[in-house]
Amino acid sequence: MKFNIWSILKIFAYAAIILFFLFPIAWILNMSFMTNDEILRKVPVLFYEPTLKNYIGIWEGEISIPGFATMYIYFKQNLINSAILSSFSVALTLVLGVPAAYAFARYKFKGGEDIAFTLLSFRFAPALLIIIPLNLYFTQIGLYDSYIALIWVYQLITLPLLLWIVRGYFEDISPDIEYAYRLDGHSWFQSFWKISIPLAKPGIAAASLLCFIYAWNNFVFALILGSSAIQPVTVGALAFITASAIPYGLIACGIVVSVLPTLILALFIQKYLVQGLSLGAIKG
Amino acid sequence: MSKVILNNLNKIFEIKAGTDVKAVNNFNLNLEEGEILALLGSSGCGKTTTLRMIAGFETITSGEIKISGKLVNDLKPAERNVAMAFEGYALYPPLTVRDNIAFSLMKEKISKNEVDSKVKEVSELLEITDILERYPPSISGGQQQRVSLARALVRDSDALLLDEPMSQLEPQLRAVLRARVKDYIQHNNKTVIFVTHDQTEAVALADKIAVMEEGDLKQLASPYDISSKPSNVFVASFIGEPPMNILKAKVLKTETHLTFEILNDKDEKNFSIKYSNNELNKENLNKIANEQIITLGIRPHKINFNKETTNLEGKAESSTYHWLGDQVHIGIEIGGSSIISVADRNFQPSSDIKMHFPSESINAFNRDSEEVIFNGI
Repeated sequence: MKFNIWSILKIFAYAAIILFFLFPIAWILNMSFMTNDEILRKVPVLFYEPTLKNYIGIWEGEISIPGFATMYIYFKQNLINSAILSSFSVALTLVLGVPAAYAFARYKFKGGEDIAFTLLSFRFAPALLIIIPLNLYFTQIGLYDSYIALIWVYQLITLPLLLWIVRGYFEDISPDIEYAYRLDGHSWFQSFWKISIPLAKPGIAAASLLCFIYAWNNFVFALILGSSAIQPVTVGALAFITASAIPYGLIACGIVVSVLPTLILALFIQKYLVQGLSLGAIKG
Repeated sequence: MSKVILNNLNKIFEIKAGTDVKAVNNFNLNLEEGEILALLGSSGCGKTTTLRMIAGFETITSGEIKISGKLVNDLKPAERNVAMAFEGYALYPPLTVRDNIAFSLMKEKISKNEVDSKVKEVSELLEITDILERYPPSISGGQQQRVSLARALVRDSDALLLDEPMSQLEPQLRAVLRARVKDYIQHNNKTVIFVTHDQTEAVALADKIAVMEEGDLKQLASPYDISSKPSNVFVASFIGEPPMNILKAKVLKTETHLTFEILNDKDEKNFSIKYSNNELNKENLNKIANEQIITLGIRPHKINFNKETTNLEGKAESSTYHWLGDQVHIGIEIGGSSIISVADRNFQPSSDIKMHFPSESINAFNRDSEEVIFNGI
């Protein structure tokens, strides 16, 4: 009897949790298939005829909303920008951060801890603190409004994150495993490439995904340091709000489309993610 | 031909600016091809550091290391052609036990059949044939250690370095494998340096034992000499189960007799041991002629309880009694000093023990330098 009550309570608890986390997403998803009129109806309807108008609009770059003029949207370009900025940022972070994390984990060098901490401090210094000087510098050296500038600045977000997560992983790998491999006649680089990196792979995968998400979600750097030509979805979404209309359906559709890439990526990396975060977080 | 030579090897760790720790101090060693050397000492004595310097994982502060006649000071670990078994096993988790062992043969250009037969031979030797397809995280510590040992043994290297190679094995298996591994090493004419803190293992496996303390090489000799002829107080008090009784003694010489007066901390007499000069070695008598106060070492195993006569002047009383299965360790109080002795199971605890100190049980060391004067008069 007792068992049954508990299992029923458990189901309710799960349901509450799922509802709490998934309802907003479901709601947005639902909205993305509605027209503005349907969304704004005073008595909401449960059943309606779903439309792909919003998606087609985002794909084609223009949409006509009844009662208003035709809207031109650059959201597709924003998506491409987001993809470019996030992937290249993560790629650059991997190239710089993985060897650095290895160095911090394996070698004690003068000022090493200070450098590591300085890098970490980028994570808790507010972005607004540096954004005006950065804007001035980038304008002076001609980097304003370029992918390179943003990818560079994104390192402030992604590099410390990856560095500190992956460092913990390298510290957990016994250096003797690398030594054993080197004794067998392999170079330092081979042992790094063939032993250390594969063993730290779960951590690297998890950290990369987090970096990608953080880079994807960044708003303020892209808002200040670039024009619409290179702006990612986070900034691009602002353009939906115009003086003449707030097309909720289109916004919902934009959200769905911009969440999809990270979601798909997370599903791919999920296997590593669970293993990775749980291992590193405890021991790192 | 000398296989491994260490010349004035030094390792100094700088903990913080200004505070240096000498991990290895002027270490000299000459190891012939096919010899097995044990580095024996307690934790932190520098034995693993020495091993790691030979392997090339630790930089050397000064000195020379030669392997097969070649100076390897500046060579990378990969270029030294040494194999090593690590104390922490250091197995590759993603590979099976078989692949772990075979992995170390990858660089050597030999056929797959030969690799298989080598792996088979060494895994039979170490009784790990049944776990060859398992992964390291799923096997026990003792099994991992044997895999790690197998990986080192299977390689054809100039020197084989083993760091505590059998510390995790069960006692019975350890005894069996010790003999087998020694056979294998001798049969393949391998030159081995292994680190251990277990003297039984050192004595059983090694041709030479190097006893280390705080970075210093205290004595380098055969297992027999290490245990019967310790060259200083440290080795005497470190080797043996139980080790030597170390006492402070005053030497009294007459025309006919030699007497050791055992002193306490305040230089008061606790008891004495008396010998007639004609039962002693003349040479040793001369060596001690000018000594006043010495450090005296008495071998516990050699104290005799069955002799009718006694050369002890003092009342001996047994205080503790440890039955260890095949022998008894007895604590004895004599006039304020306590010594340990070994007897057979017939020993009867008593408040007035009859005991005789044979002349060969007596070792004398210089009071200041702690170096040996003689081992057994």
